[in-house]
This record gives sequence, C-alpha cells and structure tokens, in this order.
Amino acid sequence: MFENLSDKLNKAIKTLKGQGRISDINVAATVKEVRRALMDADVNYKVAKDVTDRVREKAIDRKVMIAVEPGQLFVKIVQEELMELMGGQAQSINLKGSPAVVLIAGLQGSGKTTFSGKFASYLKKQGRQVLLVACDVYRPAAITQLQVLGEQIGVEVFAEPDNKNAVDIAKNALAYAKTKGKSVVIVDTAGRLAVDEVMMKEVEEIKKTVSPSEILFVVDSMTGQDAVNTAKTFNERLDFDGVVLTKLDGDSRGGAALSIKAVVNKPIKFISTGEKMDALDIFYPDRMASRILGMGDVISLVEKA
Amino acid sequence: EKTKTSIFDKISRVIVGKSKVDEEVLDELEEILISSDVGVETTVKIIRRIEARVERDKYTSVEELDRILREEAAALLAENNSQDVENSYETDHLPKPYVLLVVGVNGVGKTTTIGKLAYQFHKRGKKVVLGAADTFRAAAVDQLKLWGQRVGVTVVDHGMNTDPSSVAFDAVKKGMELEADIIIIDTAGRLHTKVNLMNELGKIKRVVQKFLPEAPHEVMLVLDGSTGQNAVIQAREFTKVTEINSLAITKLDGTAKGGVVIGISDEFKIPVKYIGVGEKMDDLQVFNKMEFVDSLFKK
Ligand SMILES: Nc1nc2c(ncn2[C@@H]2O[C@H](COP(=O)(O)OP(=O)(O)OP(=O)(O)O)[C@@H](O)[C@H]2O)c(=O)[nH]1
Ligand SMILES: Nc1nc2c(ncn2[C@@H]2O[C@H](COP(=O)(O)OP(=O)(O)OP(=O)(O)O)[C@@H](O)[C@H]2O)c(=O)[nH]1
Ligand SMILES: [Mg+2]
Ligand SMILES: [Mg+2]
Repeated sequence: MFENLSDKLNKAIKTLKGQGRISDINVAATVKEVRRALMDADVNYKVAKDVTDRVREKAIDRKVMIAVEPGQLFVKIVQEELMELMGGQAQSINLKGSPAVVLIAGLQGSGKTTFSGKFASYLKKQGRQVLLVACDVYRPAAITQLQVLGEQIGVEVFAEPDNKNAVDIAKNALAYAKTKGKSVVIVDTAGRLAVDEVMMKEVEEIKKTVSPSEILFVVDSMTGQDAVNTAKTFNERLDFDGVVLTKLDGDSRGGAALSIKAVVNKPIKFISTGEKMDALDIFYPDRMASRILGMGDVISLVEKA
Repeated sequence: EKTKTSIFDKISRVIVGKSKVDEEVLDELEEILISSDVGVETTVKIIRRIEARVERDKYTSVEELDRILREEAAALLAENNSQDVENSYETDHLPKPYVLLVVGVNGVGKTTTIGKLAYQFHKRGKKVVLGAADTFRAAAVDQLKLWGQRVGVTVVDHGMNTDPSSVAFDAVKKGMELEADIIIIDTAGRLHTKVNLMNELGKIKRVVQKFLPEAPHEVMLVLDGSTGQNAVIQAREFTKVTEINSLAITKLDGTAKGGVVIGISDEFKIPVKYIGVGEKMDDLQVFNKMEFVDSLFKK
C-alpha cells in the first residue's frame, strides 16, 4: 500500500503545481498524504501530526517545491525526521550489581516470556551465570512455559509453583541467586493491563523488592493507537529503561515503536523476530524508519542476500 | 474509574455556535476514529458519509451529529454482518458434534478464549471436548489442559512436538465417541506471513475431514483488540488459506478500542461473535454491535 509513497507524493505535488497554487498549499496536501501513511502504519494520531508539522517546516525550508523529484526529497525529509525521533545508536543494557537484575514487564501476550528466554540465552553465550525467575503466578502453565524454555537453552529457572505471591518469589529468587553466585537474574512477570491497578501495584512492588538495574517494557509491534497509553502508564509506574519490540518477523509496520519513543522517550533496545530462542536482534533506528514508511526493510534484505 | 468524555462532549465543544460541519469538526471526528484504530481508509469513508448526510438532511444539533456518527459506524459493521449472533451457546440447531477450529497470530488469546468458550458451553450442559493441537509453543498443551481441568471438560492431547493434525483428528474421534456437542481445537499461534505454518492449517482441516467430511463447521479467527492496522491483513491472509466464519476480539478490558473491527467488517463478511474482557473464565461476552460502537466513542 505504501511501497510507492514517494510516487504518491510526487503526484500530489505535481497535481497541485499544475494548478499554479502557492507552494504552502502544495506542501500541506503532501504533508497530509504522509500523515495518512504514518497513521496507516499505526503511528499514533498526535505523534503523526507532530512529525508532519515538523516535516512541513523542513520541506518549505528546503524548497521541496522546486526540487526535480519533490516526492523523493519529501520522503527523505520524512525519513530523517523519523530517524531522529527514533534515536541514534543502539543502546546497551545496564547489568550493574551482583547479581544484576533485569525486570521484564508488559501487556498480556506481548512476548515477555519468550524474550526472557532469548535474553537469558544471549547472556549465557556471553559467559554469564543467568537465573530466570518465574513470577507469573496467574496464567495457566506460565511457569512450565518458562521452565521448558530454560531447559531448551540450558539456563536454570527459579520457580515456586505453590507460592501465589509474585513479590515473595522475586525476593526468594534474588536470595537464591546470591548463594549460587549468579551474575544476572531475569524476572519474567505476568502480563498486565495498564488500567489494572492491582496488577500495576504488584509489579511496582516487585521492582522495589529486587531493585533492577534494567527494566524492559515488552511491546507487540502489531499494537495500534493504544500503544502510547500503555507505554505512558508503564513508564509512570516503573520508569523503565528500554523497550523490546516483538513479532517483527511479521509484516506489521510497527508504527507503535515511533509513538512510544515520542511519548516516553526511552530507547528501543531489542527486537524479537521469531519464536525460536535465537530470534533476537539489536535495534536499528534507520531500518525501523524505512519499515514504518513502508519502503521495505531494504537494508536487511540486501544484507541477507 | 477514570472520567469518560464522550464524543458528544467533544463535538459540542467544537461546534458550539456553528451552523455547519466544518473542517474543525471533521478533524475532531477523524481524531476520534483514527485513535480507536478504525484506520484511515474507513475513517475517510465514514466522514464522507457523514458529510453527505449532513448535506442532505441539514443537521441542526450536536445530538444529531453524534447520532449520525454512531449510525454510520454501526452501518459499516452491519452491512456485511447482518445480525448480531444470537443464542451463541445454543448447539441444538447445529450439527453434532460441531467442530470449531480456532486460529490466529501469536499471543492474541486463542487458548484463553477456548477455555472461556468451554466454560460457557459446559455451564449450559453441553458436552465439550478440547483438542490441544498447539504442540509447538512451550507448555501450550499444559495450558489447555489446565483450562480443561478448571472448566471440567475433556482435553485430547498427544503431548508436545507431535503432529497437530493427528491431535485434531483424535479430538474429533474422541468427541464422536463421547457424543460431544462441541469440539474445539486449539492451534499454535502463527504469523500470516509464514507460509509453512499457514499451510499447516489446511492440513489440519484435511485430516479432520477424513474422519468427519463436513468438519470443521466453523473456523474462528481470534484478533487482539489492541492490534492496529495489521489486523486487517491478518483477516485477509487467514481468509486466503482457510475460510474464516467468525471473529473473536480479545483484551477489550484495557483501553484499546478494537476499532480495527470496523475496517475489517468493511472489507470482509465475517461476523464478530465474541469479545474477551479479561483473563478469567467468565470474561467472555457475546458481541453486541451497538454497545461496541458506543464504547468506541467513549474517551
Ligand atoms: N512470530 C513471533 N512470535 C513471537 C515472538 N515473540 C513471542 N512470540 C510468540 O507470541 C506468543 C506469546 O509469547 P509469550 O512470550 O508467551 O508472551 P507473554 O508476554 O509472556 O504472554 P503472557 O505471559 O501471557 O502475558 C507465543 O506464541 C510466542 O511464541 C516473535 O518475536 N515473533
Ligand atoms: N486482559 C485480557 N487478557 C487476555 C484476554 N484474553 C487472553 N488474555 C491473556 O493474553 C495472554 C495470551 O493468551 P493466550 O490464550 O495464551 O493466547 P494464544 O493466542 O493462545 O497464544 P499463543 O498460543 O502463544 O499464540 C494470556 O496472558 C491471557 O491471559 C482478554 O480478553 N483480556
Ligand atoms: Mg508470559
Ligand atoms: Mg495458545
């Protein structure tokens, strides 16, 4: 649908040019086209507005109207703007403390448990002593799920199947990790909605109890407009350090990434690209910008070829 | 409970003292619709329809505009879907056993919805058999078995990493033996972009049909209510590999509006049957068009 955004923009500009209108209007119409493309990619309505407002200024500044390929220049400006918003370099994870504690949180089904396993495996390969902690005491078979993954990757899982208190489990796990000389503890938590007060309190309590050096907010890349509300609330409650964007092996545009970054200004640290334990990648802002714009993950494709 | 500003309040603020639907009002409408994930194309369509109606009927008040808007949104839901599904848990008029295959992308709530459905049918005295054909996701079989225990219904499984179609086959076979009213088959989450996994659905169907030619009687696509525009593509792609007869929209207990359903209804003739509003056994509701539209316009 957006593969030819640049064509569309060219056309929008040319049509208007032909009518001999003033350039501000031409730019405005084209900006509207960009805004629609962003919203179609699930970029939040307000964020898309802000982005395109800035794009409009830049477009006028850079005299887009008299460019040979106005559409292409437009797309370039948009892409620059998105990349700037998405943040520069890939950011690292803070693993201070002995053991360092990483807390994983997010909505139901976003991919927390799977990511916990992947991240544990990633750290293990770096030679760290990892302990996975099963703090989801609600979802049927959530503990078993983490145990199965732990077994697959050869990482120990701390669980107390009869204990219904996630905060207690987290506390006990930390004590256990210390006696076993673990270097990193990854705490997988139950999925929760931002509006679920009891559950949000629980995760705040877990945070207080284990003092994580890194809190990661896991979000499904297919999420729509609501991503900002959720991210905002989780950030207010947990002040998380980074975002994990999952299920990017699909064909969602992933506009949520941009919205979240714009609203809470926390870096995206990892992307999850499959169900298998090695489907974990670091995040590249430029690729995400292209993806949102629908120009295909050209760079990735080229690299894979 | 947070304060809810209805679209009504918002529109009132915008159009006080104005006699026609101007740019500002339309922008406001656009924001409300887009922010509920209705999608650009469908939003433009709704707005065009409103413009046309206002032109024709000359609306006079905010009340009227509000009403028109709801009607137009509901109309989109209705055009392709006729009636809300009634008697959703009645099986007397259905073939026996009735085989329901549940599909969808990863983590949308398939297994949970099956647990909730099993509860509803079981509660009404129907005999239910579940088939654990997600043999891939870690502990998926255990998850469904726990739901089976919770509700008190039979679960057929072959353990993990087994052939999903033979689980489905056995579930149908067992269901026949037990004279079940309904057999519900859980499948692994799969992104519609994964060709092999999508083809596997066809295989499950074919294998089941060897035993019961008209099965599955219904294929239900589960969509996560917080999903954005990708849900439209999910509907499109799943429809391509297997006829989808119904939709369930989950996680509507959060702040997400599930507005993408309007866009989907605009494109496909698939009725929404159920909505998920929580993680508990009884957190499943039968879909009601007007209620859904009303909730869309609450802020
Ligand atoms: N295709 C794909 N599937 C994923 C990815 N990450 C997770 N999944 C799948 O998404 C589903 C949900 O993942 P989980 O890790 O169980 O999600 P969760 O956030 O722990 O879920 P709850 O604990 O129920 O809140 C599973 O089917 C996973 O296999 C990904 O990057 N790509
Ligand atoms: N709040 C809320 N959570 C839900 C709802 N439906 C399901 N969930 C939760 O969403 C998560 C994923 O649900 P599952 O039923 O495991 O989803 P699935 O589609 O079977 O996932 P896979 O088999 O891994 O693809 C779980 O944590 C469920 O408890 C709902 O209506 N509301
Ligand atoms: Mg989990
Ligand atoms: Mg499942």
